[in-house]
Amino acid sequence: MKSWNRFKNSYLLYSFKRDPVAILSFCVLSILVIISILAPVITPYNTYDSATFDIMDAETPPAWMEGGSKSFLLGTDIQGRDLLSTMIYGLRVSLLIGVGAVLFQALVGILVGLLSGYLGGKLDALLMRIADIQFSIPYLIVAIFTSAIFKLAFGVGRYAELAVPLLIIIIGMSEWPKYARTVRASVLGEKNKEYVEAARVIGISRWHIMYRHVLPNTLTPVLVISTIQVAEAVMSEAALSFLGLGMPITKPSLGSLIRAGFEYIFSGSWWITFFPGALLVIFILVILLLGDWLRDVLNPKLYKG
Amino acid sequence: MLAYIIRRIFVLIPTLLGVSILVFLMLHLTPGDPAELLMGERASEEALQEIREHLGLNKPLYEQYGLFLKQLMQGDLGETIWTRQKVWIEVKQRFPATIELSIVALFISCFAGMILGIISATKQYSIFDYLSMLGALVGVSMPIFWLGLVFMLIFALNLGWLPMSGRLTVGVELETITNLYILDAIITRNWAALRDALWHIIMPAVTLSTIPTAIVARMTRSAMLEVLRQDYIKTAKAKGLSQFIVIFKHALRNALIPVVTTIGLQFGVLLGGAILTETIFAWPGVGKWMYDAVMQRDYMVIRSGTLFIATIFVLINLCVDVLYAVINPRISVK
Repeated sequence: MKSWNRFKNSYLLYSFKRDPVAILSFCVLSILVIISILAPVITPYNTYDSATFDIMDAETPPAWMEGGSKSFLLGTDIQGRDLLSTMIYGLRVSLLIGVGAVLFQALVGILVGLLSGYLGGKLDALLMRIADIQFSIPYLIVAIFTSAIFKLAFGVGRYAELAVPLLIIIIGMSEWPKYARTVRASVLGEKNKEYVEAARVIGISRWHIMYRHVLPNTLTPVLVISTIQVAEAVMSEAALSFLGLGMPITKPSLGSLIRAGFEYIFSGSWWITFFPGALLVIFILVILLLGDWLRDVLNPKLYKG
Repeated sequence: MLAYIIRRIFVLIPTLLGVSILVFLMLHLTPGDPAELLMGERASEEALQEIREHLGLNKPLYEQYGLFLKQLMQGDLGETIWTRQKVWIEVKQRFPATIELSIVALFISCFAGMILGIISATKQYSIFDYLSMLGALVGVSMPIFWLGLVFMLIFALNLGWLPMSGRLTVGVELETITNLYILDAIITRNWAALRDALWHIIMPAVTLSTIPTAIVARMTRSAMLEVLRQDYIKTAKAKGLSQFIVIFKHALRNALIPVVTTIGLQFGVLLGGAILTETIFAWPGVGKWMYDAVMQRDYMVIRSGTLFIATIFVLINLCVDVLYAVINPRISVK
């Protein structure tokens, strides 16, 4: 209750209420997230169950077009699945991988950044060198390279089965240096402040200071980059799936749906590619808008100036 | 200045070595027999033995890495697994296509991005400002492979204005010198081929340039806004200089410093995006080649491609750093 009151009087909520763009994007994002979490309940068809769809319905155009059917609002894909249901399930997969990958990269990055910044010395030099090396390759190339090798190692069948956890690891591994650098920079700023000195003087152990005192003070920038990182992770997943290195078509993400439709746009079935992509754009756009707003609010230098 | 450049080049060496170690080790760090990974689960024992012999997979790891490094130093990127062709030959053929596409895309994004950014900054909070910044945000959230497909659907399939894929129409003659078709056509004064090459590059280049354009526009806008607030701009305006001169001669030059860094960093985005764009438009560059390698499970090509792109990226970053030091002399003193 106390924390609720604190939140109610916070600058965060105050500026949120005054920003119509933030409110709108928050609403859209919430709706999309709720829909994707509730996918099995609200979608008209279960697209993971091959008994519920019929290949005879394949490539039915959207309902308002000639040849469209009322039972498939946005048409069907090449296997005869209802496109709307498939997209909702796809969004769910994309969201799961995006959030999972960000959690993974934040975990690795925060740990590395904290150790590196607080302990310093040789460990710092080594860890930051590794981060630099990885930064010197475009992250999409890292992700493509790793997933191509994983696909070789696991074989196509097992890769498809394990795709979700594997993609979380692949995308997480290709982006952790961003967190490591951000956290390290703010740890270096906090380390020499008086409260850390004070904690050290009264004899609190190094690890305790690191986790209980320094870490919480570095989390604001982490929060800001996390929103953008979720958008980026969802994009990476879509790109990998589009290149055939991500989710299999039996359990498609939005990226694999775009890929599946790619081969059929020449025969006129544009909707299979168009709608999943449009959904992806809206999803990423609202995350970025919220991220922009959050950055402006949490960065005191910007709002004072 | 020279000392700074030399120092930067020395930092380059451990970075490139690190990249080569990472790329080399990936195959060996993955569980399972490397030979089986390369050849697939259904490969016969003889084929496995043969590839082990051929690539020296029986030797100790450090020896293999030494050999790998020695070959790299000699510019040898190894052979493809299935066709046993020299990787280097393929790279040499395909790299100009990627470079041509990236440069045209970079050119579009610098031009369009800076113009949008400048106008937005000078007319802050106008309709144009809001629209172009919204456009920039949409541009950043657009998966380029999807945008490419939508372009293709509209301009190639429905309207038929632009060609669907490739670099030249079959039957158009062009003598290749640099393999950069636009440049070749200009050198040989082959205007028909120039027109055709430009026609083919528009759609992939515009697609590839979306994200960089959006980023450059946002960066230019914020840099310009910062500069326009300063006193010397007020002085310049008070002196009675025209708006045009104040913006382009006084403000833009100082705003350019962060913009140049951003533009340099966009090359990485372009190289990453090239794989996606080239795949959609069947553009015969390094990216398409890597995509094909992924499809055919050719590990050697994937490895060489990664290494090659990383090297190019590192070299471009070096150039950007040096350029940055030239524009802003305070950097090299630090």
